Amino acid sequence: MACSGGGICQSNCYKEEEGGEKEEERLQKGKRATPKSDSSAVNPVLDDGVLCSKCKDEKSVLSAQPNNPINDAGGLCLSCFRSSLYSKFKLAVTSHSMISPTDKVLVAFSGGPASRVLLQFVHEMQYKAHMNLIASKDRSLPVFGVGVAFVVETAISTVPSYEVDNAIEDIKLIVSSLAPPSKVLHITPIEDIFSSDSTQGGSKLRELLHSITDITGKEDLLQNLRMLCLQKIALANGYNKLVLGSCTSRIACHVISATVKGQGFSLPADIQYVDARREIPVGLPLRDCLAWELKMLCSLDSLKTHQLFDRPNAGINGLVSSFVAVLQEENPSRERTIIRTAEKLTPFYFNKLPESNSSHDQFSSRRRHKPQTVKSDKSIQVENFCLICNSPLNGSDLNILRSKHRSGQTRVDTFAASCCPSCCFQILPKEPSSMEQFLSLLPELMIRRVKEDNKKWLREQIEDCLLSDDEDGT
Amino acid sequence: MEDVKQKNRSRLCSICNDKKAALKRPKTQEQICRECFYSVFEEEIHNVIVDNKLFKSGERVAIAASGGKDSTVLAYILSELNRRHNYGLDLFLLSVDEGITGYRDDSLETVKRNEIQYGLPLKVVSYKDLYGWTMDEIVKAIGLKNNCTFCGVFRRQALDRGAALMRTDKLATGHNADDMAETVLLNILRGDIARLSRCTLITTGEDGPIPRCKPFKYTYEKEIVMYAYFKKLDYFSTECIYSPNAYRGFAREFIKDLERIRPSAILDIIRSGENLRISTSTKMPDQGTCERCGYISSQKWCKACVLLDGLNRGLPRQGIGRTRGAVLSKDREQIRTDSEMKGSISQSKPCGTLDF
Repeated sequence: MACSGGGICQSNCYKEEEGGEKEEERLQKGKRATPKSDSSAVNPVLDDGVLCSKCKDEKSVLSAQPNNPINDAGGLCLSCFRSSLYSKFKLAVTSHSMISPTDKVLVAFSGGPASRVLLQFVHEMQYKAHMNLIASKDRSLPVFGVGVAFVVETAISTVPSYEVDNAIEDIKLIVSSLAPPSKVLHITPIEDIFSSDSTQGGSKLRELLHSITDITGKEDLLQNLRMLCLQKIALANGYNKLVLGSCTSRIACHVISATVKGQGFSLPADIQYVDARREIPVGLPLRDCLAWELKMLCSLDSLKTHQLFDRPNAGINGLVSSFVAVLQEENPSRERTIIRTAEKLTPFYFNKLPESNSSHDQFSSRRRHKPQTVKSDKSIQVENFCLICNSPLNGSDLNILRSKHRSGQTRVDTFAASCCPSCCFQILPKEPSSMEQFLSLLPELMIRRVKEDNKKWLREQIEDCLLSDDEDGT
Repeated sequence: MEDVKQKNRSRLCSICNDKKAALKRPKTQEQICRECFYSVFEEEIHNVIVDNKLFKSGERVAIAASGGKDSTVLAYILSELNRRHNYGLDLFLLSVDEGITGYRDDSLETVKRNEIQYGLPLKVVSYKDLYGWTMDEIVKAIGLKNNCTFCGVFRRQALDRGAALMRTDKLATGHNADDMAETVLLNILRGDIARLSRCTLITTGEDGPIPRCKPFKYTYEKEIVMYAYFKKLDYFSTECIYSPNAYRGFAREFIKDLERIRPSAILDIIRSGENLRISTSTKMPDQGTCERCGYISSQKWCKACVLLDGLNRGLPRQGIGRTRGAVLSKDREQIRTDSEMKGSISQSKPCGTLDF
């Protein structure tokens, strides 16, 4: 029908009797396949706007964008596209009980498109709960609290201070506009992980990063320090959940780069919806959204984004992200396939939230989705985590490390024996002599576990001769 | 001045501290002399063989030889180590002649020279004898699109058939660390968890008739080339004329880039692959035997029989691509009645019976 005028008709419209819907789909497919330049030649009607393939009501916004790797979200109108993303978020949140009514949730906000969408969605969810509260008679159902954390990295970045100030003003505006319910904004410099005195912390941080020669190692350490900082903010302000905006694309890159760095064992720990190995459990509600979808939503909804401290990845991470980008271009579902592969690996025991204890059980009946249970191998309870990247350590690696550093049981040895091989390679100094110096630069939060670990290790060695489980022998 | 001195001093081999360093070892970046390179290279492979108990004394071992660098170095080094460390192995070369004019005929000449140079007997099995088709004929029939599927499936089986024919205990292949890392990545990209769990094993098919092992599992491709170059080994280095394969090329290039910025990345990928937590309950395909030729197969017919049947019946697309399961189950009855009725075509060229 639409292509009856003229000989421009392509092979995708040979059956006219199939009628409306299929015709439209085919046309869209045909349009996607045609390069940008001659898309106007295919059919003028299409350019005026294809109807949304879901609601058949509004004009589609997505296919109007040239060269976007439209996959299943193809040809949707703005509201359908929006709700498809929101429902992915909602499903992830509810099926893993990431947010329950009594929670106080901290949103990690960098200003980039992913965390901007995350903040928006969390706000919407909270707003709905808030409206329900107002509407309900007894007002018994509490609404979860939301806070926003922005980690300032001026100490290690070259961004001029007026730009930082502008961005912070913008962020304040964004957060204050997302009310009711109002949200607290925590703007924290990253050097806060060292001490409260920020000038000293800043130079310490710079020195620490400077001492690492491997560029990938530097990047990875910074990533860990960021997480440390977020955990600290959450702990200090009474939050009990932390949510990050890690999207499918980001996680797919992590799967490949972790493989490349030899972290195959700990890999499944990092890619699950929930990761409760640290004090404050971390959730990844945008795990099923692709980077371009989030970016698109930001531009369509005119959500303001900032990529203030965003540096292009370097070293291994940079190589991996360009590799994954090329693969994704060649096949739009590649990133999902990568995640699906990693999903088939066995997660760890901490990849689910600790058993809920009473308080919000009464609301559980309200949950429509049954919480999914993560299949995790209960028999393998890893007790040892890398002191730097916090990844679970493989038994055989641990034994090698321990035998290597058995000699003198100094603080340095204990530390080196409790880091994963990957961190040992790319972050720890090669020269044993500079280890002491390196350790003195690490934030206390990281070192603190050395002592506990050392004690556990000593105990393990004499375990078979001990008659009681605690020290006093009682 | 200081720098120059430093440079001059570092030119000495970092292992023997005696001779001038002639090369930078790709795996460790050490600057070493040629003799030390030979000895660490050989020693490493010896250790891999011993630590993983790849061979037992008295075994008859086939070395899969294509005439390329990997298999040539493998043949050379296995015969050398066998002598030096008294493995007590009965070694011989096993080659597959795919029937590719301008490629395999030339490389087989190389293998024949190796036969004399290393004093190892050679056995050649050809696609023509086993299946009744050469690759040239197959490409003529099906074009250049899926030809590598045929070649790959047929070669795998041809090696096993050749090995069985020669009463072999084990088959050693020249897969190197780069190949291994590439396979790990490709299986992650494809989502193939069953292969992902198997692909880092150094010995595979131990429950099957002829186990295969990869003594070069931890050996860098660059070092193999280096070894062949310095030892002036006679090998054939032309790409297959039908081969240009973009997808594998992608991953290959990525690994080369990785190696450039972090040489240990290749070993790291292999270590990742070995340590992946794949639960034992993950569903793996059942191993059975092909109803037609008796070769191991998870389906009713092995892949080679399906492909061959398609070729012989003039349906070369049979067994290629995703439709396999659906089409085959529907068509299987059809195939059987067809072959029963006509009898002649598909049974005149069975892919041979295997006597394991």
